[in-house]
Amino acid sequence: MMLDKFFVSLGNRVMSFLYFCGGLANLAGQTVYLVFKPPYKWERIIEQSKKAGFDSFPIVSMVALFIGFIFALQTAYFMQRIGSEIYIASMVALSIVRELGPVITALVVAGRVGASITAELGSMQVTEQIDALETLATNPIKYLVVPRFLAVSLMLPLLTVYANAIGILGSYLICVLKLGISSTMYMTVTFESIFFKDLFTGLFKSWIFGMVIALVSCYEGFNVKGGAEGVGKATTNSVVISFIMIIAADCLFTALFYFILP
Amino acid sequence: MIEIKDVRKKFNDHLVLDSLSLNIQTGSTCVIIGRSGCGKSVLLKHIVGLLNPDSGRVLVDGKQVSALSERELNFLRSKVSMVFQAGALFDSMTVAENVGFSLIEHTHIGQKELLERVEESLCLVGLCGVGNLMPSELSGGMKKRVALARAICIKPEVILYDEPTTGVDPITADSINNLILSLHDKLKVTSVVVTHDMKSAYQVADRIAMMYNGKIIFEGTASEIQESKDAVVHQFINGLSKGPITETIDNFRY
Repeated sequence: MMLDKFFVSLGNRVMSFLYFCGGLANLAGQTVYLVFKPPYKWERIIEQSKKAGFDSFPIVSMVALFIGFIFALQTAYFMQRIGSEIYIASMVALSIVRELGPVITALVVAGRVGASITAELGSMQVTEQIDALETLATNPIKYLVVPRFLAVSLMLPLLTVYANAIGILGSYLICVLKLGISSTMYMTVTFESIFFKDLFTGLFKSWIFGMVIALVSCYEGFNVKGGAEGVGKATTNSVVISFIMIIAADCLFTALFYFILP
Repeated sequence: MIEIKDVRKKFNDHLVLDSLSLNIQTGSTCVIIGRSGCGKSVLLKHIVGLLNPDSGRVLVDGKQVSALSERELNFLRSKVSMVFQAGALFDSMTVAENVGFSLIEHTHIGQKELLERVEESLCLVGLCGVGNLMPSELSGGMKKRVALARAICIKPEVILYDEPTTGVDPITADSINNLILSLHDKLKVTSVVVTHDMKSAYQVADRIAMMYNGKIIFEGTASEIQESKDAVVHQFINGLSKGPITETIDNFRY
């Protein structure tokens, strides 16, 4: 009896996972198709870009600055032991540009923007606004998902560039003001250690993360069932799934770039 | 004309529509009554193509809704408007933007004409001059009337009303009923009203169809339904707590 229940529960979980994968792939396919299908409503894309990008600047600034501080201090702990403090600059720069900048920014945006998208679309779903859109001869994916997809996937790389700069600034402040490294030396080592491919791989990953966040949050919003409780559950799912998928995609693309751009 | 032929619809294991058939004549007002959760709104959603039947056909002006292409379905939706139970107004837009939504999205009419059409629709539902308000600033009854204004702004041939008088006070309910009647007379539209409010049904209906266990068990005029000898119909229209409908539920429960 217990074994039956276990297999039934396992089967249900596998089925709901496959259903999620199928639904997300379907939404992704339709979204990409509709991105290239006119008409283009630029004002909606700009509005969403402001919400996803511009409004995220304060929190991204704060998080990136703290990451810069923390990473510089943690690296200094070891580098001071071997007397190589100057390499803190290159270590921090590479880690932030290749990894921490894109991932931390994506996680912040998934928590702030992704959750807000799911809650908004979920509320629209439970109050029949999405059905109303359809009855008004408007495709909800074209109207609601496409602007958010474009906004988040384009704004995330820009936010990442900004987060990279602020993170490096944080580390610079610690190294120059606290550890006594000269400002010129710090900047020279930083710029010498970053190559174009480091920047490119980081930004490419953040573009992928942006698409993941937009699609997962819209999918969860569209599939809300029930009332306020359903919206809350979908918002939690959206953030948790986005986090997992960001880390999984990061792992995949980091490995891929390691081999194709050694 | 709207023809619903042998439509079946299941959600998981629950059969909501069971070989349901119903014809609604052009220009008439048909009221579909039945208990809450019996599938009335599901039936309405089939007419406008929000849901597709598992089997059977829904035809609007001779065209099968579930077989239409996206373009044809959008054309159908420019002729068939739906008024949702809670209004389903877009809460990020003003009343005027809600009412003029279809015109803004699908036509190239000028700002002046757009505002005129929006104001004309709002005045038809007795809400002149509220265009700048947000939906959150409106009462429940006003929301329903704005939803109605949004539905009539595209000059539809068919209006589907999903429980238009549910959740509003009796005076507002009466004014909504009068509105349905006057829009029917002024715009010559076909109206399909889903409700469980019998007063509303008697007031607006040319014909009343009663849904029970996924089927239409009665169809006739208001006077015919009042004279019906069917025990289920009798219990429902008189709002009796004892009778075959509740016996079935009690038997199921215990």
